[in-house]
Parts: sequence; C-alpha cells; structure tokens
Amino acid sequence: MSEGTVLDIRNLKSHFFTARGEVPAVDGVSIQVPAGKIIGIVGESGCGKSMTAMSVMGLLRYPGRVVDGTITLEGRDITHLKPRELAKIRGNEISMIFQEPMTSLNPVYQVGRQVQEAILKHQKVGREEAKARVIEMFRAVGIPEPEKRYHSYPHQLSGGLRQRVMIAMAMVCKPKVMIADEPTTALDVTIEAQILRLMKKLCKEQGTSIILITHNMGVVAEICDYVYVMYAGKVMERAETFALFEKTEHPYTKGLLRSIPRLDEKADRLYTIEGVVPNLLHLPKGCSFCTRCSQATERCRQERPALYETEPGHGVRCFQYEGEVKLDGE
Amino acid sequence: MENNVQSRKQVLLKAEHLVKEFPVGGSRKHPVSVHAVSDVSLELFRGETLALVGESGCGKSTLGRTLIRLLEPTSGKVYFESEEITSMSAEEFGKIRRQMQIIFQDPYASLNPRMNVRSILAEPLTTYGMKDKKELEERVRELMKKVGIPEEFYNRYPHQFSGGQRQRIGIARAIALNPKLIICDEPVSALDVSIQSQVLNLLKDLQQEYGLTYLFISHDLSVVKFIADRVCVMFLGCICEVGPTEELYAHPLHPYTRFLLNAIPKADPRLRSEEKQLLSGEIPSPVNPPSGCRFHTRCPYAKDICASQAPEKKQMGERQVFCHFPME
Repeated sequence: MSEGTVLDIRNLKSHFFTARGEVPAVDGVSIQVPAGKIIGIVGESGCGKSMTAMSVMGLLRYPGRVVDGTITLEGRDITHLKPRELAKIRGNEISMIFQEPMTSLNPVYQVGRQVQEAILKHQKVGREEAKARVIEMFRAVGIPEPEKRYHSYPHQLSGGLRQRVMIAMAMVCKPKVMIADEPTTALDVTIEAQILRLMKKLCKEQGTSIILITHNMGVVAEICDYVYVMYAGKVMERAETFALFEKTEHPYTKGLLRSIPRLDEKADRLYTIEGVVPNLLHLPKGCSFCTRCSQATERCRQERPALYETEPGHGVRCFQYEGEVKLDGE
Repeated sequence: MENNVQSRKQVLLKAEHLVKEFPVGGSRKHPVSVHAVSDVSLELFRGETLALVGESGCGKSTLGRTLIRLLEPTSGKVYFESEEITSMSAEEFGKIRRQMQIIFQDPYASLNPRMNVRSILAEPLTTYGMKDKKELEERVRELMKKVGIPEEFYNRYPHQFSGGQRQRIGIARAIALNPKLIICDEPVSALDVSIQSQVLNLLKDLQQEYGLTYLFISHDLSVVKFIADRVCVMFLGCICEVGPTEELYAHPLHPYTRFLLNAIPKADPRLRSEEKQLLSGEIPSPVNPPSGCRFHTRCPYAKDICASQAPEKKQMGERQVFCHFPME
C-alpha cells in the first residue's frame, strides 16, 4: 500500500467455531499502520477490537482462527507463520501490552529479569549488557531508582509501575509495532495521564508505531493520530483523529460521542443509543448497526453497506455516504 | 438544580469525625492498620446527589459502606434523620435499615445466580413483612417496569441478562422498599458507554420520581459532573474539598482537585496539550500515610507547614476546603 506503512491488515476475518455456530468476531477488518504513528481502535466490549490484536499477534486459540485476509509486517506476510518463526517476531518486531499488569507479569521472577529475558531471547548480547539495557529502559519509562527496581517482584510495585515495567518489556527490543490493549483501563486517572504521555513520548523518540485498543473516546482524542471505530466485528468508521471528532459521520460514532457525559456542558439527560449490541451468532442480515440506528431504512436491513470514502482517508460504513470509492474489499 | 438544594437544605445523613481502620497485622503491642477513612465529617441533604470522588484506595467505598453500617466505624458518629445510628443495637437499626440501600459496582457478582428475577426482587419485600402472594407479584412487576426490564423476563435468571440489564435489576432491588437514601457504589463503571448513559438517565428519573437522596461513589469525573449536585473529593482517607458541582469544576480550590480534573482525557482532540501539568509520583500507602496534609508528598505547591500540620477546614460560602494554601 502507501509509503511508510509498517503493518498492513487486509480484510482480516477471525471466526470462532463454537458448538452453537460460527461466530464472526473479526469480520473483514482492514487497518493500515503508518510508521511512527498511534492508531486507535475503539469500540464497546465484544466489538472485536481485542480479537483483531490477538489475530495479529498469532495468539488466537482454539476454537478461534484466522479464516481469511492477510497481515503484512514490513512487506512480509505473517498471517500463517509457523510457531517457531512467529516466536522470533513476537516481542522483537511486534509486541503487546495488556490491560491488567498484575496478571501479565510472572509473580515469582524479579521484574528486571523478566525484561532481560526479552533481550536475551532476541539479541546476541551478554547478560551484563542486557541488564544495563534493562536499567536504561526502566529509566526511559520513568521508573524511579531503576537499579533497585530491577530486583523487585511484581507484587512490590504499584499498578502504575507495573504497567511501566510492561511497557519497558514491550519496548526494549525497539519493535516496529506495539499493540496496547486497554493499557490504562485498570489505572487511576492521574496515573493514566502519566502512562499516555509516556507512550506518546516513546512513539516519537523510538519511531515505534502503536496500536492502542480502548473503549475510551477521551484516550483516543488525547493521543491517537488515526482512529478506527469498530462495532460487531466490523470497522464502522475510520479517519484521522481530528477529522473523526470534527466531522463525525457514522450514526454509531455520533451516538457514542453524544452519550459520553461532557465536562464542559450541563445536560439534564444523556443521549442514549437504544437497545443492546446484537448477538454475533444472529447478526442482522443487513448493516450490523441497523437494529439500534435511528436512521435505518429498509435497505439497511436487507443489504450490507461497504466502507465508503467520504474524503481522502475518511471511511464510513453507511449507505448515507454511498459513493464510488470503497476502502475495503467487499 | 442548586436552588432546589438550597431551599430544602434538610440534613438527611450526617457523619461526625468518622474513622475506619482495618487491622493488617503487626503485634499486639504495635498493631498495624490501614487508615481507610480518617476523621471525616460530612452532611448529606435530602433529595440531593452527593458524589464521592477519588482514586482507588482513597477510602470512598469504605466511607460509603461505613455510613450505612455495612462496616462498623472504628470511631465517630453517624446520624440518620438526626437519630444516631452508630450506637443503635442491631434490632433497633434493623427497623430503619430499609431506609438506606446500596447498588454495587459489579452487576455480575451482586446478584445471586441461583435466584430468578422474581425471587431477587421479592426477597427484600418478604423480609420486611409483605406476605400476600398477589401483592408481591404486583409489586415485583411494577418494579421491573420502573427500571425497564420487560415483564416477560419475570422468571429469568441473572446469567440470561446483559450487564446493563443486571444493573437495572440491582437498582430495582434497591428501590423495592422505598428507601430514602441509596448509596451508588460505582454503578456504571463496569458498563459500556452506550449502556452507561441509559443507566445514568434511569437513576436521574427515579430520583425525581421518588425524591431519593444519592451518595454517588465514582472515580469518573465526567459521570459525576452529569449526575451530582455536590461533589466531595477524597485523597487517602481524607476530604480535600466539598462544593457544588458547577463551582467546583470551574474553580477547584484544592490543588489535588485541579490535577484530577486536568488528568481526565477529554473527548476532543483540540483540547490536547503537551504542556498541561500532570501529577508525578504515586499514591502513598494508607498504612503509613504522610504526616500533615496527606497530599503534600505529591503537591507541587507544598510548603513546610503542609508536612507538619494537617490543614483545618476552611469554609468559603457553600464550599469547604482542607488546604493551607487554597488556589485562587
């Protein structure tokens, strides 16, 4: 695709084969990640945002698997790599941090050793050199007294510090792409603000692209360059961040933004999107949002809209914006 | 809204020098305890929504539970409608307990999975003496209707409902006995935004219909802005400041409130700022809280006196602030 795309996800479909039927958790998602930018994937629980990330990392487990589409990392197709080859990439060229920093660190090893392991695994350096790099990385992510903290165990650190250790681990091999799955959801607001600022700084300094998965529109507005809004396994709208907030087009995105209580205005009632997210086993025949959309027409219930381009780079999956150019392969 | 509160400023619940400590070990001679709530005095007016906000471990949930005696206070007094409830016997308190209810954060853990909606909602009613089967069924159906659960789900079990619907059931259970006070402990934190707004609107409607008083515990300042008449900001077991919502958000007096407001990611990319001042450091341990003002270790404006003396309450009109050097 265009110059400088590090990670290119094309028409990705990841389905779960359950006893009750085939669940299309990720249903034709295309995402382009430019070098050194922060991409936000936003949506409510069950919209497929985490499953997209797991597919990219090759972490999908039975009964789920990638059934269609390609994932290209710097020109190399990594969709169906063998486990051994995938292990060379994971943690090295592409890394991931998770929501709950307590459960993703091993409680019986010192945190420094856990980060050191990533270096020893992927780079030809000695133990001493690796340790020095870990301490340098700890300093870069703002861990106070890094030499002392190297020997701490996860339970001795606060949630914010643990998340910093996770970020250090994910960044220590200078990956091309880091996927952060709700990295600040478990943290307090003052700590969240620190971590977001840190991620932005690292992205800028080391040129790592970040895919940030979140349900929080505020986090997206704060640090993302591009945004993908997902609903029921599909991208409903994609745009550059400022464009998304200033020229919101899709009824779902509009509803999402309007239902957040705002700090700068006093409202007596909040806007609500009626109804609930549809069951992925029984998706509507047409647009997956048609059951909750106030503007849905008969056509929305019968046909599936494509992701139409309204302006360069701005795609909307809604018949209201139907045009010549489609941004996905449907 | 503010005018309403002023005109009927009737105290419903009042706490005086409330302290709650949890023992966490040490020896008999030198017990070690977590200072969850330290010397908190608070008034809750009839018909208002008072929000308790603060970060995790600041004692907001402990305070909420201590106020209705789900936890026994270490010291201090609580008055409900000018009756002291902290020294009442269990029997006496049992009679007025129905006036105060609570809604919990986790809609998955707070409903018994082996009871269907009917029995969940009927339980408080039978406990307090409603025996007639027909009357019970009528009341349960009425409650379900009030919170927007379709009547045909009468016999369903909790696992058959979504998170938002379960929270509605929790709300129905809380209003079943026509209480005066409801403690809402992070009632929307576990819900998605589109569902969150539905539940918040429901809470507001019920308050208007029944004249309920809410103590709304939350860490989300945008939600609080929407629902609360007054806000009480807590840090490490102590109150930082209390005041009417609009004023407090527009002109925070305590430095901590200002940093808290600053730190919220706003859903508008134009408000991004690389320069905006952030709090550094972590929240100190409540086992060994800092001396003097509890916030002084993180406060960029702290002076010597902040480390040695706990700040006294300063009353400024309707607002109270606990700080040696309140912001202008």
